[in-house]
Amino acid sequence: MSAYRVLVGCKRVIDYAVKIRVKPDKLGVVTDGVKHSMNPFDEIAIEEAIRLKEKKLASEVVAFSCGPTASQETLRTAMAMGADRAIHVEIDGKEAETLQPIHVAKLLSKVAQEEKIDIIMLGKQAIDDDCNQTAQMTASLLNWPQATFASKIENDNGSFKVTREIDGGLETIKVKLPAVISADLRLNEPRYATLPNIMKAKKKPLAKKKPSDYGVEVKAHQQVLKVEDPPVRQAGQKLETVEDLVVKLKDGGFV
Amino acid sequence: MASQNMRPKVIQLYKTLLHLGKDYPKGYDYFRTKLKAAFVKHKDVTDQKELEMLLARGNYVVKEIEALYMLKKYRTLKKRYYPD
Repeated sequence: MSAYRVLVGCKRVIDYAVKIRVKPDKLGVVTDGVKHSMNPFDEIAIEEAIRLKEKKLASEVVAFSCGPTASQETLRTAMAMGADRAIHVEIDGKEAETLQPIHVAKLLSKVAQEEKIDIIMLGKQAIDDDCNQTAQMTASLLNWPQATFASKIENDNGSFKVTREIDGGLETIKVKLPAVISADLRLNEPRYATLPNIMKAKKKPLAKKKPSDYGVEVKAHQQVLKVEDPPVRQAGQKLETVEDLVVKLKDGGFV
Repeated sequence: MASQNMRPKVIQLYKTLLHLGKDYPKGYDYFRTKLKAAFVKHKDVTDQKELEMLLARGNYVVKEIEALYMLKKYRTLKKRYYPD
């Protein structure tokens, strides 16, 4: 049995702990001077790929990202976690803002064909746009089977048994390789990139590409009309007596 | 001298902790001050056994902080995406 080659997508997003602020022109969110990190779901995907490698099931783990030059930091993190090498498709500011899952899916499918990839491992969605489309689109572009929202992956003689998180329960499916797998939150616990590993990751190869190298056009198909803050929760009230409470509840029609 | 051999290990531990401190919820400055104080407190320790014990404790703290970050991230995401 030959070992698989795994491609992992990792998106650079605003850090999960940062409070998101909408730009004054209401056409996006503030990204300048804001801490960015790897999309947490992609971290889970990377971790799963590295575990496959540690089990000697995978021969090589390739990290992939597209976006501005800063995305390379994310790829370095992926390599510090254990990916062998990285491919960065550079897309500049304006185009990166309107980059959609369809573009990423096209790039991923091209890279997968070029690199003779067996498994594409992705996070189920990014925490910035919450699209949850890339894995599905990539699978259909390549005409590969897909196992989305994976919470458990087991090797089963050349195919994979994947437990999926679905509404109200779990579903177990069997996929033949090559396949696209997207990771759900409970798939594993990603490791922390340690300082020595970050240093070592700086020496790992990182290929810089352009969308045109893969014959993909990253033109925007949509226009952002408005970005708004979610509605603010109304403040509560403190009441002195039970009677007040009863009156309030009656006014509100709760009793 | 035994304490001389331990020096790189101590510096390595300090660097690792400083690196971890960059993501600390209360801020890097808070973490750094606390960390420095903890190291300065034991600056005169030369006994090999005690040094090893302190190093082991430091490495335990490293694991604890990593677990803390992981749990914090997991819980935030769970709250955000899995409402029930």
